[in-house]
Amino acid sequence: MSPESEPPPALRLEKVAHVFEAGGRTLTALEGVTARGERGAVTGVIGPDGAGKTTLMRLAAGLLRLQSGRLEVFGVDVARDPDGARAHLGYMPQRFGLYEDLTVRENLDLYARLQNVAPAEREARDRELLHMTGLAPFLDRLAGRLSGGMKQKLGLACTLVRVPRILLLDEPTVGVDPMSRRELWEIVDHLVRAEQLAVILSTAYLDEAERCQHVLLLHQGHLVGATDPARFTAAANGRSFHVSTPGLGKRQLQERIAGVPGVVDATIQGAFVRVVTEPGVQFSSTALPPLSGPLHIVPVPPRFEDSFVTVLKSIRASAGSQPVEHAHPDVPVRAAQTTVHTAARTTVSPGGDAVILAEQLTRRFGAFVAVDAVSFTVRRGEIFGLLGANGAGKSTTFRMLCGLLPASAGKLRVAGYDLRRAAASARGRIGYMAQKFSLYGDLSVVENLRFFASAYRLAEPRRRARIAWALEEFNLATRSQDVSRELPLGFKQRLGLACALMHEPDILFLDEPTSGVDPLARREFWRRINSLAESGVTVLVTTHFMEEAEYCDRLAILAQGRVLATGDAEHIKDRVRSAALPQPTMEDAFIALLQAAPQPSAA
Amino acid sequence: MWRAVMALIVKELLAVLKDPRSRLVLVVPPLVQLIVFGYAATFDLSRVPIAVYNQDGSAASRALVARFLGTHVFRQVALLESTRRITPLIDARKVGLVLAIDRHFTRDLLTHRPAPVQLIVDGRDSNTALIILGYANSIITDFSLHWLRTHGEPPVPALLHVRTRYNPQLASRWFIVPGIVALLTQVVTLLVVGLSVARERELGTFDQLLVTPFRQIEILLGKGIPGLLIGTIEASATILVAVLWFHVPLRGSLIALYLGILLFVASVIGIGLMISSIAVTQQQALLGAFLFMVPSIVLSGFATPISNMPPVIQALTWLNPMRHILVIVRGVFLEGSTAGAFVPEYAVMAALAGLSLLAAGWLFRWRIY
Repeated sequence: MSPESEPPPALRLEKVAHVFEAGGRTLTALEGVTARGERGAVTGVIGPDGAGKTTLMRLAAGLLRLQSGRLEVFGVDVARDPDGARAHLGYMPQRFGLYEDLTVRENLDLYARLQNVAPAEREARDRELLHMTGLAPFLDRLAGRLSGGMKQKLGLACTLVRVPRILLLDEPTVGVDPMSRRELWEIVDHLVRAEQLAVILSTAYLDEAERCQHVLLLHQGHLVGATDPARFTAAANGRSFHVSTPGLGKRQLQERIAGVPGVVDATIQGAFVRVVTEPGVQFSSTALPPLSGPLHIVPVPPRFEDSFVTVLKSIRASAGSQPVEHAHPDVPVRAAQTTVHTAARTTVSPGGDAVILAEQLTRRFGAFVAVDAVSFTVRRGEIFGLLGANGAGKSTTFRMLCGLLPASAGKLRVAGYDLRRAAASARGRIGYMAQKFSLYGDLSVVENLRFFASAYRLAEPRRRARIAWALEEFNLATRSQDVSRELPLGFKQRLGLACALMHEPDILFLDEPTSGVDPLARREFWRRINSLAESGVTVLVTTHFMEEAEYCDRLAILAQGRVLATGDAEHIKDRVRSAALPQPTMEDAFIALLQAAPQPSAA
Repeated sequence: MWRAVMALIVKELLAVLKDPRSRLVLVVPPLVQLIVFGYAATFDLSRVPIAVYNQDGSAASRALVARFLGTHVFRQVALLESTRRITPLIDARKVGLVLAIDRHFTRDLLTHRPAPVQLIVDGRDSNTALIILGYANSIITDFSLHWLRTHGEPPVPALLHVRTRYNPQLASRWFIVPGIVALLTQVVTLLVVGLSVARERELGTFDQLLVTPFRQIEILLGKGIPGLLIGTIEASATILVAVLWFHVPLRGSLIALYLGILLFVASVIGIGLMISSIAVTQQQALLGAFLFMVPSIVLSGFATPISNMPPVIQALTWLNPMRHILVIVRGVFLEGSTAGAFVPEYAVMAALAGLSLLAAGWLFRWRIY
């Protein structure tokens, strides 16, 4: 080896493009991406689902053939010498291939053998990995019996049995509980510091961008930014505020602020509306229509997301004409029309104000207790969130309430009924939108709408009117004849909501509704949900996004099948507020609650 | 209620017809099975290779050999000079039969003594060996009768006169092709219906369906009626092919046939939906469908007679809808029967359909996840 004057970067991409072809359609996953990843640093690949994150990772790992451009790992051309490049690589895909019927130790042994690690080297490495991941006490546990967070840590340990020079992590933290997420990040930071590893980490969580040394922002296959996250965030300095006013609900206030010129972003954060203004625009109460009380405006430190939304909005503004992209300043107005329908409906819910009630709700699968004596109530017109990691029992609780799964014990009522036993007509009062797209993929948009209109037994003039409303309201008209399987994610999500709202339900069940969509689509979605709640619809939503929990009126935090806390977001955060932590995030609160909770006996 | 069920049916048919893989299921297995069973699967023998070891060499022995080779059943591939090659020829499956004519064949015939003819048959395939022996026997009998008549001998005292009813030439195609009607209908219906609920479960649309105001009975109808349509159309297409292409006579009442087919399809739908609601994934459903299909064909009398089975198994075949539809299909095709002849079959299939559909409807909602 000859000494090099300037060592090549850990990862170098030059005009990398990738196109997928399926069923006669071409899908551009990456286009003209030029970027680098340095050694001794975490490079974050940030973007929503479909932005091209996984394609980039798989190209770098040599799992996809490079179509155009150039890709180098430590100066080795991946296209020309894939084995040489692979020798430097450790790659952990989104779903790491753990053998669930093998123990932790057996999984580690297996991967060490697959990677040809000499037994002599292994002992010290194993000790280090087990110490780092905290898996030492669980060596003999089956991998299938580990929690989601521990599985990810084991996956990481298996990737690291042979010391790589560059580590590719594809969404390692998605759906993982906040404590494990923090621990995973500590491991990554340690690897970068102690071993001078280059880490390329993709994520859809924008708060994780702030932990990277360098970020690549992907949007629809294009690199829209490659920057230092701290500097990127600082661009929103002096433009972020918490706004509140007495006498006006946070949702009404948010709705009014959202339409104001000069405001880039207005989202609900706990008791406040978080406002981000355009650069150079001073935010003041004069910009708003007259309010009943004074407006409290408190400057707050910016978040990565504030800048990201600013960038996305400017991309959208310049793309302009695309129907997919256009913002909906008129949504609240239309929603107000919906309100007329909703208000006209008579709500007969025995049991007074509690529209949804769970009392000591329990679900066992064999010896495993998925939901353990969960209790909460949701009042009419309230947005209630079930917040928790994958496997915390959110979806099981959700399915029991919808009547899809019998409860093992406890009491539950939805609009006064147990939907599992109630007459079929009782189900006509709820709307349901599942975690993943669960409409008929082979049917076109309008065929799906027609089907659900009939499923909810809408009679003729109303049926036609509602289908027209759905096409119009959710901007689906231009693609009404398209096969719904092939729609972009944002369209699918809107179609899902349109079908769930076809019959103007009193209660809306949403299971991880915004998982994977970009921040703007998430905002649009929540604007609709907010106006529905304002019109009296009760909403139950599950989420693993900490910030999304802030949009809810009240929430229950679930971990390992139990409720750790219920209440409104501010109330929950208050519990951990201290001099050292004056502005705790939902994640801080969640972790504090997890640490305070008694550990259940080993399951 | 009917509008909602109608919407379910339309959705189901659209889902089947728009999905290229489902369309494939409707066309490919029927084509393959029609070709395989219509042409390849036959009990009839033709052009069986034989070796002739004729030690006599007279006109009479040559006449006997000519009778063997004059049919399309046998063809001569070897003429032997000694017994040495008999074993290697049979071992190598070069010949299925060796016809050995004794040195004294003509002399024995003329002196009114029994003239020995030896047949050496490959018995490794017992079924074929028996059929070869049957053919050979009748050729030799014909030869003997002809000899007696032309040489002014008294005829044999007792003579067998066989008349086969319904299938005078005993063409096995007449036996097999009507069976394919049942077989194909079962395969296609089971695949289409069996995968439908499992596919919806896998995609999450079944949950979506269960939270709408549909009742079990409506979902059952919405899943069942498209299956009934598809199954009946499939059966009709096969019947047309059987009659127009394979020229199998259709002698009986179409009403009797279709009543049977409707009940049969309904019971297969019930079983398909049961499999589908127990399965979590489409793979499991497919495996379940085949686990049902294979024994149901073996125990149906499609290829081997039920009367040859042990009594316990014979009783078990009553639970098999295909056993009953085969009775009806063959009865209508070959015997020209009418509906009155099949009351027990109708009754059993109706009961099977009712029970399996009830069970499937219950499983939809109450299956423990």
